[in-house]
Amino acid sequence: MLRLESLSMTFAPGTPNQKKALDAVSLHLAPGDFAAIVGSNGAGKSTLFGAIAGSFIPDEGRVVLDGQDVTFLPEYKRSRQIGRLFQDPMRGTAPHMTIEENMALAWLRTAKAQNAFFSRISAAERRSFREQLARLDMGLEDRMAQPVGLLSGGQRQALTLLMATLVTPKLLLLDEHTAALDPATAQKVLELTRRIVAERQITCLMITHNLHSALELGSRTLMMDAGRIVLDLAGEERQGLTVETLLRRFYTGAGRALDNDRILLSEGGPAD
Amino acid sequence: MSSFFTLAILQSALELGFIYALVALALFLSYSVLGIADLSTDGCFVLGCAVGAGTALAGHPVLALFAAMAAGVCSGFVTAFLQTRLGVESILAGIIVNTGLYTVNLAVMGFSSNLNLFKAATIFTGAQRLLGGVLGNWYKLALAMLITLTAAGLLRLFLSTRLGLSIRATGDNADMVRASSINPAFTITVGLCVSGSLTALSGAVLAQYQKACDINLGTGMVTIALASLIIGESLLGKQKLGRRLFAAILGSVIYRFVVAAALRLNLPAECLKLVSALIVAAAIAAPQAKKLAALRRRRALARPAQGRKGGEG
Repeated sequence: MLRLESLSMTFAPGTPNQKKALDAVSLHLAPGDFAAIVGSNGAGKSTLFGAIAGSFIPDEGRVVLDGQDVTFLPEYKRSRQIGRLFQDPMRGTAPHMTIEENMALAWLRTAKAQNAFFSRISAAERRSFREQLARLDMGLEDRMAQPVGLLSGGQRQALTLLMATLVTPKLLLLDEHTAALDPATAQKVLELTRRIVAERQITCLMITHNLHSALELGSRTLMMDAGRIVLDLAGEERQGLTVETLLRRFYTGAGRALDNDRILLSEGGPAD
Repeated sequence: MSSFFTLAILQSALELGFIYALVALALFLSYSVLGIADLSTDGCFVLGCAVGAGTALAGHPVLALFAAMAAGVCSGFVTAFLQTRLGVESILAGIIVNTGLYTVNLAVMGFSSNLNLFKAATIFTGAQRLLGGVLGNWYKLALAMLITLTAAGLLRLFLSTRLGLSIRATGDNADMVRASSINPAFTITVGLCVSGSLTALSGAVLAQYQKACDINLGTGMVTIALASLIIGESLLGKQKLGRRLFAAILGSVIYRFVVAAALRLNLPAECLKLVSALIVAAAIAAPQAKKLAALRRRRALARPAQGRKGGEG
């Protein structure tokens, strides 16, 4: 579904701040793959997402989505096929517009509606939005005429997830999308993610700082360091792996210990 | 009220209020919705005036409105092109277009600084023929209301279409718009074109209303429209879309009443621009001043309490 061919990206080249954020990263995701990415600070995880989603064009390499080379396709065109969630729950929704209007915008991504500039939300669409919202189990279906700005962070993130998958994307990018939520809400949104991704068999890449969910969720675990993927675990090799072994494997792969503040804080330090 | 305002003053304030309300609606779209301070408004208004007057002089008063709107679309497009494609900052793009429009407007008026329509047929003479019998001398107000309310109604419908929603979302959260596979450059362009067409329509109606077009007519238009928007918003709040559009119209009418009152108090006409600027400054500063006053009150209340505490300790 997604193929990355030796992507490289250097920020601020030729200056003292030069930073190689991606160093010939290659990756292949089969349809339905759900891969969790963990990595040290500044390992290039978010940069990788930016290159896939089209926030910028990589210096070298190609991004191929479902057989189509999208390396130079502008971000807004790529987003027809790629759903993306950020850590900040505010980024995915328009606060001064109602829940219904936000969903209508997400629904715009359908090929059918692409050129229907002047069409309005139909009663059938409104019903379908309502049904989808009801499945979040947050009572949002009764608040469809309220501005999204009134929702809590968790509700907004759940809504964003729903909007990103309203039209099934070819690829779903989750950039620490539960990191800014309180633990209970984070768990709920994560559960929701698991359900939606499984139901629709969406190919999904998820950045996380939670090593447990990196091992539990999905079918693959990737670890990044210094712009490279240093560990790629799937299948039997991944089965029954503990956080301790994962960290040890990272050490062998990267040649140094994992130094992600957030991971360290949430795990109480890596095992020595 | 009736002793202060004669009926004629009341009537003309209402008429002007509705005509200028179109500019307030235009600014609602560009400023409140898209968050762009479009400084080409002044020039665009005169462009509408000039094109409207020229077409009316040629004997097509109704066509004049549409011609002016088309001209407004062009002006909006240029402003949008500069900021979305060529990376010119939005304020600067407006100023550049505004400056250029001065020459364009002179050219449209045949390089004279004013046109007069005293002998030409206008939409208002037409309305007088059609409605004059029934409405007496209220026909002008009826026509101005009809045009503005139709424009507001269409704008309301437009803003709830998919394209309209995308434009609103662009001003609200551009990240999200990109993620919904909409090109923000496109939505900004459409928004500024629609806004330009409303501004120019206002100019065309005004030219036919006062049977004259002057190159300096637009000076300060953006400030006045902004004042109308803010007056309306402070009275009706930022609620539902329809209500906010209505607020813009109401604000414009109230603004004209304020101007009429100033004139009634024998203020010389030369002072009007200063009065306008003062009204705008006051209207925009009002919410902040209210906050400051509230803060000061709280401090004044808190001070004696602190004083007592200090005395005890």
